[in-house]
Amino acid sequence: MNQTLTQDAPRLKGKRNRLDKPELLAPAGSLEKLKFAVHYGADAVYIGGQKYGLRSNADNFSFEEMREGVQYAARYGAKVFVATNIYAHQEDLEGVAEYLKQLEDAGIAAIIAADPAIVETAQKYAPKLEVHLSTQQSTMNWQAVQFWKEEGLPRVVLARETTMNEIREMKARVDVELEVFIHGAMCSSVSGRCVLSNHFTDRDSNRGGCCQSCRWKYDLHADEQSVMEPGQNPFTMSSKDLCMIEHIPDLIDAGVDSFKIEGRMKSIHYVASVVNVYRQAIDAYMADPEGYHLRPEWVEDIGKAANRPLNTGFFYEVPGAGEHIYEAEEKPAPYDFAAVVTDYDEETGIATVQQRSPFRPGMEVEFFGPGGRQFIQQIADLTDEVGNPLTVARHPLQKVCLKTVHPVRPLDLMRKRLD
Amino acid sequence: MFDVPEGTADRRAGSKISRRCIPITALTPELLISAASLEQAEKYIEAGATAILIGESRFGMRQPGEITSDQLKDVVAAVHRLGAKAYVNMNKLFRNDELAWIPEYLQLLKDAGADAIVFGDPAVLMNVRQYAPGLTMFWNAEMTGTNSSAASYWGRRGASRAVVARELNEEEIVDLKQKAAMEIQIQIHGMTNIYHSHRNLVQSYLEHLGREATLIRKGADKGLFLVEAERPDEKFPVYEDDNGTHVMSPDDICLLEALPELIQAGVNSLYVEPLLKSEPYNLAVLRSYRQALDLWGSNPERYRFDPKWLADIQKLQNPERELGFGFLYKEQVY
Repeated sequence: MNQTLTQDAPRLKGKRNRLDKPELLAPAGSLEKLKFAVHYGADAVYIGGQKYGLRSNADNFSFEEMREGVQYAARYGAKVFVATNIYAHQEDLEGVAEYLKQLEDAGIAAIIAADPAIVETAQKYAPKLEVHLSTQQSTMNWQAVQFWKEEGLPRVVLARETTMNEIREMKARVDVELEVFIHGAMCSSVSGRCVLSNHFTDRDSNRGGCCQSCRWKYDLHADEQSVMEPGQNPFTMSSKDLCMIEHIPDLIDAGVDSFKIEGRMKSIHYVASVVNVYRQAIDAYMADPEGYHLRPEWVEDIGKAANRPLNTGFFYEVPGAGEHIYEAEEKPAPYDFAAVVTDYDEETGIATVQQRSPFRPGMEVEFFGPGGRQFIQQIADLTDEVGNPLTVARHPLQKVCLKTVHPVRPLDLMRKRLD
Repeated sequence: MFDVPEGTADRRAGSKISRRCIPITALTPELLISAASLEQAEKYIEAGATAILIGESRFGMRQPGEITSDQLKDVVAAVHRLGAKAYVNMNKLFRNDELAWIPEYLQLLKDAGADAIVFGDPAVLMNVRQYAPGLTMFWNAEMTGTNSSAASYWGRRGASRAVVARELNEEEIVDLKQKAAMEIQIQIHGMTNIYHSHRNLVQSYLEHLGREATLIRKGADKGLFLVEAERPDEKFPVYEDDNGTHVMSPDDICLLEALPELIQAGVNSLYVEPLLKSEPYNLAVLRSYRQALDLWGSNPERYRFDPKWLADIQKLQNPERELGFGFLYKEQVY
C-alpha cells in the first residue's frame, strides 16, 4: 500500500483512517477519454481491456494503448485501473493469468474484479497489481468488507445500495480503502444479481452483454389485468442517475477514499465536464472545509452533460416513486461537445480548435477548462488555419480559428447549446 | 445416451449444445426442495424429497414461507425423523444493522441440529468461523456462481457445496463439477429469480400511479406479473418483500429428460424451486423426479425415461408457463 494513512484530522469528528485526500476516479472508454479525464483532474481512471470487462461494446484498450495511457497519466501523477469485473464462465478463465501479467507489465496500478477466480489469479500471478473488489460483489456490510480485507484486498468498491451511515460504520470498523460511486448511471438491481439480458436476448449481463432491459417498458398486471389506466405510464425498473455533487463534504467526512464516476461509454464532453466539477468541489472542501459552499455553476455544469434526471441513490433513503424514470425517454444532454482547443495566440486572441461537431458564426458557445475556467460567447468570424473565412465548421476533426473573448488553453473544450 | 422413447417428442430437439456420454454410475443425488411449514416438509419428504431447505426472510431470500426461530428446532427434528436433511437458508445480502442477528441464529441452528446453512454474503462465513465453527456451509451466490475456480475459492474457505448459477449450460456444469472438488447443487425444476433489487419497485410504481392504497401487496404469490411490450405471451412474476423486489422467469425449468446426464456428471443435489407454485404441483414434481431417481438407483443400465413422469407434471402445469430446459442447452453471447 502506498497511500498515507492519517488518523483524526483535527477538523473531522469521529475516528477513521483514510487517504490524505480522496481520489477522484473517472471512467475512460478510450485513450483520448483517458487523456481528458486526467487533464481535467482525475486522480485515477479505470478502463476496459480486450477481455474480462463488463462493457463488451466499449472501445476497449489494447496493451499498447494501456502503456500509452499509463505514461500519460503518470505525467499528472494519476493511476490507471482496469476493470476485469465479469463473472467468468469456465471458458473465459483460460489465459486469465497471462492477461493479468500483461496488465501488470503495462504499468496498470489495479484491477477491479468481482469473481474470486480472477481475484485469486491476480494475487498469485500478478502480485504488483492491486486488486480492488468490484461493486458487482454487492458488498454492503462491514463484516463483508472485513472479509475482503482479510483476503488481502486493499480496496472494496461498495454496493450502490450502501447508505452514508453504513459507510461511516464500515470506515470506523475496518481499515481498508472504500470506493463508492458518486455519479452516473446505476443498475437498479443489486449489481450482478440481474440476468434479464440473458433471458430476453441470450446476452450474459454478467459478462458484458447487458442490453439494459431494466430500462424497457413493462405492463404490470394484477388479477390478470393491467393496473395501468389510459394515459398512465408503464412500469419500469429504470433508475435515475446518481449525482452527489451537493454532498461532497458528507462523503469526505464519512471517510470515502475514492469517488467513482460511472460512464466508460460516455463522451469526452461528459467525462471532462463531470470530472472538472467534482475536482473543484473536492479541492475546495479539502482546502477550506469551514468556508466551503456549493457553487451553483457546478450543479449547472453537471446538468449540461446529463441525459437523465439525477438523484442521490441509496445514500440517504431507499429510492422511491420519484426516483425512477417512468415518464419520458432519456433526453439528449442540453449541450453538445463542439471542439477541442489545440492552440491559442495571446497576441491576437485567436484560438485554433479541432471540430467535434458542426458549429457556425453567430452560435453561442461555452469554453471551459480545468479548474473552473469558463465563459460563454458568440462565435464571430470563423476561418480555416490559413485565414480563409468559413460559414460553418463542417468537417470532423478539421481545425478552425476563431477569436475568443478570454484566453483559452490547449485541451480546453468548447460546447454548444442545443436548442 | 438415454433417448426418450419413440413417439415422444424430444423437448430438446434443436438445442445447440451437444450432450455428452459419461460412464454410468449408480450414484443418486439428493432431491432438495424448500418448504414453508413443518407439515409441508413432511409431505414433500413423503413425496420423495431427501432434503428440505427452510428459513425466514430475515436471513434467507425467496423462501416459500417463514419458519421462525422458535419453530426451527421442531421442523429440523421432524425432517430428521423422516430420514431427510434439513438445511437453513441464510443467502441474503446483509446490512450493517442486520449483522447482530447472525450469531444468535447460528447458535440456534447448531442447537437445532441443522445439517447445513446456505450463504452468499461473506459476512455469514465470518460469523460461522467465529460462532459456529464446523457448521456445514453451502455457497449460493445465485447468478454469480459461474465457474469452478470461484466455487473452489469458497470451498477452501469452508463451503462444502457450491450452488451453481442456473445460467450455466450442461457442458459448463459437467466441467465445473470435474474441476471443483466439492458438492455441486443445481436447480432442476421450477422458476428462477432473474432480477433482484433492494428498491421497492412495485410500491414505487403504484405510488407513481396514485394506486398504492388499493394495490400494495407485499409477499410472494400475490398474482403480480410484468409483461414486456414485445413479448405479450411471457408473464414475469414480480413481487416485493422485506428483501426488496424480485422478478422471476416467465417459464419453468424442467430437466427430467436430462437427469441421467446430470447424475453422471456427478451433480450431488437437485433443487426443486417451489416458489409461486401450489403444493399439489410441487408434490407431483417431487414424485416424478423420485420415480426417475429410484429407477436410476435400482439399475442405471436399464433406465428408460418414462413419459408419464413428465405428463404427471404437465397435467398441473400452468399453460401460460412453458416447461423448458432453462439454459441447459443454450449458448449465450456477450
